[in-house]
Amino acid sequence: MARMLLDRLMALPNDSATKTVAVALGVCLAGSLLVASAAVLLQPLQQANQERERQKHILEMVESLRSSLEAGGEAGELDVEARVVDLATGDYATSIDPETYDQRAAASDPAQSIEIPPHRDIAGLTRRARFATVHLALQDGKPRLVVLPVHGKGFASTLYGYLGLTGDTRTVVGLVFYEHNETPALGALIDSPKWRGQWPGKKVWGPLGDPALEVVMTGVDPTLSEAQHQVDGLTGATWTSRGVSNLLGFWLGDDGFGPYLRKLGREGDER
Amino acid sequence: MTSRRTRALLDPVVEANPITLQILGVCSALAVTKTLATALVMSAAVIAVLTLSNASVSVLRHHMPRHVRLIVEITIVASLVITTDQIIKAFAYELSKQLSVFVGLIVTNCIIIGRAEAFAMKNPVHLSVLDGLGNGLGYAAVLVIVGATRELFGVGTLLGLEILPSAAEGGWYQPVTLMLLPPSAFFIIGFLIWGLRMWKPTQIEQPDYRIRPSTITESVR
Repeated sequence: MARMLLDRLMALPNDSATKTVAVALGVCLAGSLLVASAAVLLQPLQQANQERERQKHILEMVESLRSSLEAGGEAGELDVEARVVDLATGDYATSIDPETYDQRAAASDPAQSIEIPPHRDIAGLTRRARFATVHLALQDGKPRLVVLPVHGKGFASTLYGYLGLTGDTRTVVGLVFYEHNETPALGALIDSPKWRGQWPGKKVWGPLGDPALEVVMTGVDPTLSEAQHQVDGLTGATWTSRGVSNLLGFWLGDDGFGPYLRKLGREGDER
Repeated sequence: MTSRRTRALLDPVVEANPITLQILGVCSALAVTKTLATALVMSAAVIAVLTLSNASVSVLRHHMPRHVRLIVEITIVASLVITTDQIIKAFAYELSKQLSVFVGLIVTNCIIIGRAEAFAMKNPVHLSVLDGLGNGLGYAAVLVIVGATRELFGVGTLLGLEILPSAAEGGWYQPVTLMLLPPSAFFIIGFLIWGLRMWKPTQIEQPDYRIRPSTITESVR
């Protein structure tokens, strides 16, 4: 029966409306089957690649801190540890295993996330997870480096990255974006070594203890005191640059890691 | 008939190379040839997509509706390209980041639609497959030559292995930075076309028109 129908369809003149629609539908169906099965079957491998990539970025920051410590004549031995932070209180949530906790999945799960009030949602996230996984590089039990996961809206995509701060939270060690879909050769330059190289050494907090890191499109004026918080934006990528400013402001602010960083900074001062 | 098959496979490599004779697909040839490794992966991707798209178009050639012919062809090519891109992202992640958008842009590579239209629509499946493979190999040959030249003279390595010890690491070779910039691919492809046409003068195009000697200067004199 189906065979007969197919034969009759094939016998139709090529330009008949029925055959045009049938061929178009058939090609679309076959194409989508191919694409969907490739995407589903290869997903585990791709995710493993991305996971390796993320770890590589964290280890690179640890490595750069280690070499700068050694250059300063200090011992460079560091232990890297992942911990889960309760963002509301800024305390470590010891009941959650950082190995298995998936912050990105949690951000879209209503039970594990909170809604961000629209007027404070500068990074365009709508929701954020209640807990976040941070990585610490410890020396004799004291944090020398803290790597915070950050994300926020860029121009065409959500930017996912890591912000590395020194143990006293005052200075940037590095900022990398490991996942984004920005315009190649414009916004995508946020992962170029040249642009990333501007971040290390920038001061995190303004005079009132507010997050002050900023990407400026007008060029950094090194004679101004603000220059210690600022980096140059990317030409032709105003939205991406603004997105980076916004997501840093959000994650360093009270709705992000603010409470945690204040505690971490205070501990550093007491020592 | 074997000769027709060998010709379908081998002609596009030298005699009718898609890049040097037809000057198609040059954009990607400029963009992904900074190193030999990216050139090889890109070549493999194009060979796979071109062979499979030629085969699929050839299978459908008697049933292709005239009004949506190009759309059907592009749908086929796009599905194949996305699948190839996914495979590269799964098995060669580092290279996939260097290739960035260029694997996706194979969809718009003129060679693919060109072969589908010019060959696969008119020829049986086995010849179309050979033609796709041949054109892919022709594209690959140029990419590999350009990629190898640029990597060798730009960095002094091939596939990351040191061939010419560079001055920065204590050797004698001073790398030519120009080789790492896109214009160098233009020069190399240009020299390649020149060399090929010196060797096979039949590939030289006849001029579309001749410039007559200027009459004005004649009269002034």
